[in-house]
Amino acid sequence: MKIHEYQAKKIFTEYGIPIPEGEIATTPEQVQAVAEKLGGPVVVKAQIHAGGRGKGGGVKLAKTPEEAHKAGKTILGMNLVTHQTKPEGQKVKQVLVEKGLDIGKELYLGIVIDRARSAPVIMASQAGGMEIEEVAATSPEQIIKAVVDPATGFSGAHARKVAFGLNLGKDVIKQASSIIANLYKIFLKKNCSLIEINPLIITRDQQMLALDAKINFDDDALYRHPDIKELYDPDEQEPLELEASKYGLNYIKLDGNVGCMVNGAGLAMATMDLIKIAGGEPANFLDVGGGASAEQVEHAFEILISDKNVKVVLINIFGGILRCDRVANGIVEAARKIDLKIPMVIRLEGTNVEEGRNILAESGLNFEVATTFDDAAQKVAHCTTA
Amino acid sequence: MSILADKQTRVVFQGITGNEGSFHARQCIEYGTTVVAGVTPGKGGLTFDEKVPVYNRVIDAKQQQGANASCIFVPPAFAADAIIEAIDAELDLVICITEGIPVLDMVKVHKYLDGKKTTLIGPNCPGLISPAKAKIGIMPGHIHKEGSVGLISRSGTLTYEAVNQLTRRGIGQSTCIGIGGDQIVGSSFTDLLKLFSEDDQTEAVVLIGEIGGTAEEEAAAYITAGFNKPVCGFIAGQTAPPGRRMGHAGAIIAGGKGTASEKIAAWEAAGIQVQKNPAKIGETVAHLLKKT
Repeated sequence: MKIHEYQAKKIFTEYGIPIPEGEIATTPEQVQAVAEKLGGPVVVKAQIHAGGRGKGGGVKLAKTPEEAHKAGKTILGMNLVTHQTKPEGQKVKQVLVEKGLDIGKELYLGIVIDRARSAPVIMASQAGGMEIEEVAATSPEQIIKAVVDPATGFSGAHARKVAFGLNLGKDVIKQASSIIANLYKIFLKKNCSLIEINPLIITRDQQMLALDAKINFDDDALYRHPDIKELYDPDEQEPLELEASKYGLNYIKLDGNVGCMVNGAGLAMATMDLIKIAGGEPANFLDVGGGASAEQVEHAFEILISDKNVKVVLINIFGGILRCDRVANGIVEAARKIDLKIPMVIRLEGTNVEEGRNILAESGLNFEVATTFDDAAQKVAHCTTA
Repeated sequence: MSILADKQTRVVFQGITGNEGSFHARQCIEYGTTVVAGVTPGKGGLTFDEKVPVYNRVIDAKQQQGANASCIFVPPAFAADAIIEAIDAELDLVICITEGIPVLDMVKVHKYLDGKKTTLIGPNCPGLISPAKAKIGIMPGHIHKEGSVGLISRSGTLTYEAVNQLTRRGIGQSTCIGIGGDQIVGSSFTDLLKLFSEDDQTEAVVLIGEIGGTAEEEAAAYITAGFNKPVCGFIAGQTAPPGRRMGHAGAIIAGGKGTASEKIAAWEAAGIQVQKNPAKIGETVAHLLKKT
């Protein structure tokens, strides 16, 4: 789960990581009021989850409260388009107004799980402001890494490895060590999957602060953190994806016209791959899970065809725990309710496959039943070109 | 011989009294797996289905029934603890089916495995099957056939699809293992390739990878260094968009890394016969076996 910058900064404050003074605002008037209160130049920052906000015009510097009002007016309500948003952008509902600072240096600090080592890794770089992936690709020697052994935990040595590695002056070494230690504390206590401060700045008077803040949480651990769950912003999610998640379905909207429903993530990806090979374009990824119920299948079906781009539906189920007769019942129920106008290709395989196929055949509904994986893809491609 | 499990493997089901645990314990017993015990803390003394004794602790199942492998169906909040208990009891093999274990819990488990004798498969996996010998997992047993092809996969149902293609062509399997779709799993492709390299029954290996992480690249390096059997591979997620988690916690293209094309290139460079069409995995293996 992702949260907004201002929410992440609030967590930073709770853990003693310094951030610039500032407040959240939802109207240009509020932006102006905050700017007056802070005094001096301010930065007005759009609060959306996607990165690249500055380049997209979602971050503006304002020298006076009047300029801040103007910046607030421009940013609030805009559809901010960045390389991480969908093409039509993300609507900005709130902005963070922060005191402008005299920046001396920009650094990068982050923590993620290193999959190859199965442990958290602290990463830092002197190339702040840049995407860390870009730094990793062009000059990997500029990234300092400290892998934390989960048995012994975080140690001052990890902080020193990173802080001294960044060639920091002695005035800021202590501040950096404390920020690194506290950031790790957040990572562990809140079950984060990623924390980034980019940039982590040193002001001209040698103060270190988190100018930006990004925290992603491990979805599987959210049950331990009801406080974090409350920070969830449903407006940031595709409505159909949100609807799907209510029923425990895993749905991702894509741009094609072949809607697909599959059980299992790997088979769902492989089905998308096969649709493409056969000449079609998948409209979505939809995993109903290894053990979906007839009811879930019905909901999945409704979500699938409410995407107006979908011209043909492919259902590919390999029943293991999920029995084919149950799936067939779900499909028939849903198709009857919805009065389906578009062609549908169904491929069932595995446990109780004969019963499942019989249910489909006896339903009197107009399904194309495919016998193999390949056959299914061919039939789908035929429907999209016909 | 098959790897990891056979007729001699004595399995304990952790979470045998739960819905999923009891259903799959019955399925495994029906398949012919030697299920010797169940474990549910607090329910020790019961007898499951009038034949399988239930204990409070894994160590009791080991000492009294000679259990040497475990299959875990414990809810995600308690699953890491259940794995640690099985490792602590020094079982040879632990298979964790549970999906949704917090990644930081698995960080600890992975560390705890260091220097221990236990092989962990999963979590978030379908388990393993050595056809005609033992099924320790949730896969449909009837689609398998005993034979000479080993299979390692990050997926569940896609593994069934591949197995089905093999069996329909009359190609049997030595052992099929789903290693799990999470970011951190107990055994990697490489760990299991090592076992297959020493297994007489296995003549060829099928690898099914997916986007995200570097497990496929590590397998490529291991195979390049001198794996002694032909390998066929498929990578799921060739059409997956970057930055989106495709169901599995581990299946995500992050920061431009972990793409299918990178993995396919690494596998091809290692001499793996890569099939890009998931409907043609069986056909590719048939060709591969003819050549050898």
